[in-house]
Amino acid sequence: MALEMVSETPQKSPILLSMQNINKAFAGIPALSSASLEVGFGEVHALIGQNGAGKSTMIKVLTGYVKSDTGAISFDGSPFEARSPQDAQRQGISTIYQEINLVPFRSITENICLGREQRRYGLLNWAAMHEEAQKLMARFNIKIDVRKPLYEFNTATQQMVAIARAIGFKAKLVIMDEPTSSLDEREVSVLFDVIRQLKHSGISVIFVSHKLDELYQVCDRVTIMRDGRTVKVGELQSISKIELVASMLGRDVVQVAKSATAFGKRSGKIGETVLVASNLSAGHKVQDVSFSVKSGEIVGLAGLLGAGRTESARLVFGADARRGGEMSLGGQSHHPRDPIEAIARGIGFSSEDRKVEGIIPDMSVAENLTLALMPQLTKVGIVDEQKQLVIVEKFIKRLGVKCNGPDQRIRELSGGNQQKVLLARWLAMNPKLVILDEPTRGIDVGAKAEIQLLIKELANDGLGVLMISSELEEVIEGSDRVFVLREGRSVAELSGKQITEAAVMAAMAHGETEQAL
Amino acid sequence: MSDVATDTHKLAKSFDATQFLTKYSTVLALLALVIFNLIFTKHFISVQTLNVNLTQVATIVIVGVGMTLVIATGGIDLSVGSMMAISGAIAPLIFLGTAVHISEIHLSVAVAMIVAVTTAGAFGWFNGWLITHFRIQPIIATLVLFIAGRGIAQVSTNGNLQPFKLGEFQWIGLGRWLGVPVQVVIMIALVAIAAWVLRRSLFGRQILAIGGNEQAARLSGIPVARVKRWVYCISGLCSGIAGLVVIAINSSSDANLVGLGMELDAIAAVAVGGTLLSGGRATVTGTLVGALIIQLVRYTLLSNGVPDDVAKLVKAALIVLAVWLQRQSRA
Repeated sequence: MALEMVSETPQKSPILLSMQNINKAFAGIPALSSASLEVGFGEVHALIGQNGAGKSTMIKVLTGYVKSDTGAISFDGSPFEARSPQDAQRQGISTIYQEINLVPFRSITENICLGREQRRYGLLNWAAMHEEAQKLMARFNIKIDVRKPLYEFNTATQQMVAIARAIGFKAKLVIMDEPTSSLDEREVSVLFDVIRQLKHSGISVIFVSHKLDELYQVCDRVTIMRDGRTVKVGELQSISKIELVASMLGRDVVQVAKSATAFGKRSGKIGETVLVASNLSAGHKVQDVSFSVKSGEIVGLAGLLGAGRTESARLVFGADARRGGEMSLGGQSHHPRDPIEAIARGIGFSSEDRKVEGIIPDMSVAENLTLALMPQLTKVGIVDEQKQLVIVEKFIKRLGVKCNGPDQRIRELSGGNQQKVLLARWLAMNPKLVILDEPTRGIDVGAKAEIQLLIKELANDGLGVLMISSELEEVIEGSDRVFVLREGRSVAELSGKQITEAAVMAAMAHGETEQAL
Repeated sequence: MSDVATDTHKLAKSFDATQFLTKYSTVLALLALVIFNLIFTKHFISVQTLNVNLTQVATIVIVGVGMTLVIATGGIDLSVGSMMAISGAIAPLIFLGTAVHISEIHLSVAVAMIVAVTTAGAFGWFNGWLITHFRIQPIIATLVLFIAGRGIAQVSTNGNLQPFKLGEFQWIGLGRWLGVPVQVVIMIALVAIAAWVLRRSLFGRQILAIGGNEQAARLSGIPVARVKRWVYCISGLCSGIAGLVVIAINSSSDANLVGLGMELDAIAAVAVGGTLLSGGRATVTGTLVGALIIQLVRYTLLSNGVPDDVAKLVKAALIVLAVWLQRQSRA
């Protein structure tokens, strides 16, 4: 099967990297089955697939993070095996991860030169290293003081430092694992310029991303994986977006083509006001934010990164301390000191960061699902396991969580299924209001549609939903009302037909819509 | 899709041998040690051997129970030895009548025990308060009492050695119940209770959730600070009980020596037993097995003529092995 695909694809450039027939199983469960990947010199190659398709395992095999069971890798004309990511880096393969793995409290120079410091007379030659760092950063048109510690800079700059570091190591292949997930639009375009520069200087890039639009902007070819196999390889320009999605899902094109999101038409009735927040302020990021949510209503909070959306939502949940402003819940004053109080009043909060603030990786699906419900599931301090099982099985079925059973560890599930369990954690306690912060971030297309449908159903059943999403179409198609935040202030409230891409973007950018609210 | 699921399920089944080995590695190691001794060590099968070994580990395991809970939350308690010394110093002050005089001896002993253990528990609570209220790292917060605790014990006894011979008290270290040493009975009872709490109770679930992901636990409405304070308090209570056992065995209380180095023995037992040192996964019975392994290795080496210094090296090697095994099963 692999051979057939190779012959289909026209070979413009000679091959830099070739991975063939890669097999890898974890505890007997196959993660890769005869997967293959080929990248040419100076090529930007997209690697896509749903969560659990095998992309990350493929990259881990390549960079020596895990060892494949069988398979052959050749790199730059000779057989290749990396014993560790460091070893891979020495041999010319650098990886830029989603979470940047640099040393925050050291200077940019040190981060770039770490591991290959220049010495003179047995001492570190700082002048030469600063100059080198400055030169590397200048390649990306970034003029900054390389002596300053890394943590003072934003994510985008830190990412550039990681890339500069890779180039400093004379990388021939740079792997970028969802590099744009925490960047705003302007930063993304800078990153893409850098990627094009890399390409021009003959460096190849493997680009892993869930955002399909981006692929068409920078990538030459694409490899699509599903269930541990390579299912499609080809020139990106000759494959439509719908075809990409269809291959990833293993479904036919017509099914997928209907709509960008799964929200569609709403049928439920919008009821009484559940939450009113007025003139909230906290920390640096929330200056003056007001919004409200009615029962049966999906309210979207829109805004650029750093506009204060998450920070405002956390105040409603009592996760952070409030400085000023008023909140009321169901007509009563609502100023929770901690999440315990908010939960007791029927508020659920699903965090944007599933790994850091959501799952408890070593606990089972059942234990994760019932975490917020524990007080109701215990009598004199003892967990009622029968009752727990009934609830867990009900929600696994209702949300379509794919797992081996309630006792499977949640860390073994795909991102989309983890997210479903976390949603169930809040739904199980039958809340009045749920705050969903980036409910579909970093999960595959299929699970995304399922979760969007679920959110819609929940609202139809009378639940108030406060939804934060960086994906504009999700906010626009999903919300009944949208509040736009800009630099810590709520600048616009849009409802019904007013919710258009143009209006929301205008408010995000300038602070006012055409209607000038 | 369901076909795929059952397929992978079958594959997982066929690999159970490896999983079984990693899961029960500690128990298997203990069995191997027992079998080795049955063959090579003379007079190994005797009630006396059993009692000697169990008595040796009892205090380590009693402290280890509290330590397991602390480590399960992602913390550590370095002050257990000092809290043993405090408890060991306070009890004789009462039952010898130095501090307060109670004429009825049983009452006096009971008050002594309760006050001593409660005081240790209060110091444990103080550890938890430092950690949660000031957000001090557990290793630093408990270092405070590690250093100061022994001083407190010495000051309260004016640095005097307190010798005694008092059957009404010393049953806790020297007595037997149905032929089993009393401290072994206490040890088994505590292990059983703690194992049950960790598996079945809300408190146990909360402990493991905090150790597994403290942020997520907080955002799920778990009272993180309260649970932590209780856990350190329990560690103090366990240390208090162990302190009483030690002075009962010694027939004297020396604030300089009671519980010296106990923190390391307890942590070693927890580590060898298979509890994850970063928190979130814990086994109290594992701690019991871990302590038995360490003890039995030492016993085996000593009774086969290997010097004690070499035995210590082997103990260190065991800990390294245990931690390595943990990393393997996690990968």
